[in-house]
Amino acid sequence: MPSAARQIIRPYGDRRDDGVVQLSFTFPVPLSEKAKEAAAEFVRKMGFSDVKVAAAEAAADNYTFFIVYAKSAVQVDYAEVHVPELLARKLDYDELNQVIDEEIGRRVIIFGACTGTDTHTVGIDAILNMKGYAGDYGLERYPGFEVYNLGSQVPNAELIRLAMQKSADAILVSQVVTQRDVHKENARQFIEAAKESRIHGRTMLLLGGPRVDHRLALELGFDAGFGPGTKPSDVANFIVHSLLKRMGKEPKELHFQGEPH
Amino acid sequence: MAGPFVDDSQIERARSLASETTRPVLELIRRHTTVSIERTVLRLLGISGAGSRGVPLANLMVERLRAAGVLNRGAAYWYGRALHLGAKSPLEVVERLTNAPLPPQTLPSPELDAKLREEVRRETRAAVEDLRRRVRAREDLRRELGMPKPPHKYVIVATGNIHDDVDQAQAAAQAGADVIAVIRSTAQSLLDYVPHGATTEGYGGTYATQENFRIMREALDRESRKLGRYIQLTNYSSGLCMAEIAFCAAFERLDMLLNDAMYGILFRDINMRRTFIDQYFSRRICALSGIIINTGEDNYITTADAYESAHTVIASQFINESFAKAAGLQDWQLGLGHSYEIDPARPETLLLELSQAMLVRRCFPNAPLKYMPPTKHKQTDIFFSHAYDVMADLVAIWTRQGIQLLGMMTEAMHTPLLADRYVALKAASYVHQAARGIDEEFEVRGDGRISARARAVFAAAIELLEECRADGLVAAISKGRFGDVKRDELGGKGLEGVLEKSPDYFNPLLEILEAI
Repeated sequence: MPSAARQIIRPYGDRRDDGVVQLSFTFPVPLSEKAKEAAAEFVRKMGFSDVKVAAAEAAADNYTFFIVYAKSAVQVDYAEVHVPELLARKLDYDELNQVIDEEIGRRVIIFGACTGTDTHTVGIDAILNMKGYAGDYGLERYPGFEVYNLGSQVPNAELIRLAMQKSADAILVSQVVTQRDVHKENARQFIEAAKESRIHGRTMLLLGGPRVDHRLALELGFDAGFGPGTKPSDVANFIVHSLLKRMGKEPKELHFQGEPH
Repeated sequence: MAGPFVDDSQIERARSLASETTRPVLELIRRHTTVSIERTVLRLLGISGAGSRGVPLANLMVERLRAAGVLNRGAAYWYGRALHLGAKSPLEVVERLTNAPLPPQTLPSPELDAKLREEVRRETRAAVEDLRRRVRAREDLRRELGMPKPPHKYVIVATGNIHDDVDQAQAAAQAGADVIAVIRSTAQSLLDYVPHGATTEGYGGTYATQENFRIMREALDRESRKLGRYIQLTNYSSGLCMAEIAFCAAFERLDMLLNDAMYGILFRDINMRRTFIDQYFSRRICALSGIIINTGEDNYITTADAYESAHTVIASQFINESFAKAAGLQDWQLGLGHSYEIDPARPETLLLELSQAMLVRRCFPNAPLKYMPPTKHKQTDIFFSHAYDVMADLVAIWTRQGIQLLGMMTEAMHTPLLADRYVALKAASYVHQAARGIDEEFEVRGDGRISARARAVFAAAIELLEECRADGLVAAISKGRFGDVKRDELGGKGLEGVLEKSPDYFNPLLEILEAI
């Protein structure tokens, strides 16, 4: 794709284009001059120059923790970075309720749970609970949403069964525990179960969690993925815009600020 | 100094409301036993192995007795009957009671019945004496090496592999940790058995097994000797196996256990009756073994809002204390939990947090207290996250917390990297050293914001305790008063494992535990 004009950018430390990067890591060796040199060598091998090992500390008898500053000559053409263009402004709480009321004309039904063995409801609660997260109201607070938060350790099939009973518009699956990629495995199983129940492609299926991103969620067969820092209103916007698109009330190619990508 | 905030008489009132609240529950506890309690008795008597496909022998035997409808007389009773039929070892007892028809319900004579009970009592006394010897060995090592000044810095390992956990625990101890917690594998609390043997595969943590306890405690003994200071070990006596885990932990000389009277009900949807009955027995074992319990009130304010629900923490602490005292625990064993969870976007959060922590200290002056770090509002900006944790370090030293679980700057992302623990320990050591004694230098003004907030929180706690006393604890839980979570008395997991004791119920371990 041809770009209009090149826009080269590099990290900004305290001068334009100085390329300064900070790194920290641990080596499984005792603290010594040799360990420090090994750290510097490691960073040089990554392509950095001007390597300064700022701190080398004995994190334990046989582990050394490093903080390193270095410069990178790598650059990025910002004009060549492509993400979906932002066309619509993100709607706020009142605007969303108004749109639901006027354009959708009924309450939007949302189910959420931590499925599988995951017991950590922090994520799903942050998005769904009345209280919300970081000053952003949870979906339960919206008069336009009818929310069912089933909590933790809900079997995938059970979540789907209950959501189908209420003809849910969207199902939110939260996966917090990520050891050995258990979140991916369980998410896959959810999609399998959704396909068996024939809701895949009909009901909006959303995946959230600290190690989830939109691309991973799409690969797994979800409609969207929400990672760290997601606010309830991001999810609310996604659900409302997707519904409007499905109803033909918004162009399919419309994107909004805060949309997962 | 922590302000007085409220009169002694008001604190006495909170305490008496809590004990009136727990009294009817203690009645329920007295009349019932559970499969987990019965398995604990069998484990003490030496039935600790596992059969084919890893099913613990204690489970095999208890399940057989439950299915036959005779478990309500106590597993120890049937253990005695198997001995009487010629079983020569715990293994033979299991063999006799699982692979052959059960002995008839009654014995030929009351004399024989009494003789048989006396024999099992004798074996139980010997087993408890052995347990006590092991506990004394732990006390001796603690005395020999000495314990650091509180707050004891507590960090978590959670690799899933006990041998990797050992490496990380030793590294943490070398970096200054005083307490190591091995996080359990996700959802172990819902297993109605304790897995067997050393384990190397777990999700989100490492299975709590007696063998894993032994491996970690022995490694920490070696590390403690090397470092010249005693490193404590903790695990989780919660879920469907509270009592058994408490026994395994006591036997392997653990120092602390997470153990809460209501946590399983609220956060793991374990049946209310099951939890109340199991917590009592598990705490009796902790009382015998000098184990410090850590309660879980901090969890309430991860689901409910920390500012609006602060009083539920105080009310629950009084209830947890009442249950603990009824099970024979002493003040020094009560690591009552609370945490730094107020939304940092709010103004004056340090004042609010100091107020809450000081109020807890005021209500429970002789308990060690267990202080938890921020988690709910943690950000992926690790630099901010670290600053946030340092504030918790300051509140911990200021309010004389006994145990402080250190926050990790990567809390919002993943289980801690090795270096994250190092960074947290270095900062906490610095703050504790820098601010030690600060509470003696500053008095909280009686007409200021900290005092006003503490008084308001305490008043709301009294109101909640009054409601609990009037309506009952069951009703309060079913209305979502704690942690915004609602549970029914007959709902949740594990109710089928609760049995009403028969009139001739026999539990020689409980006899000893209640006689202390």
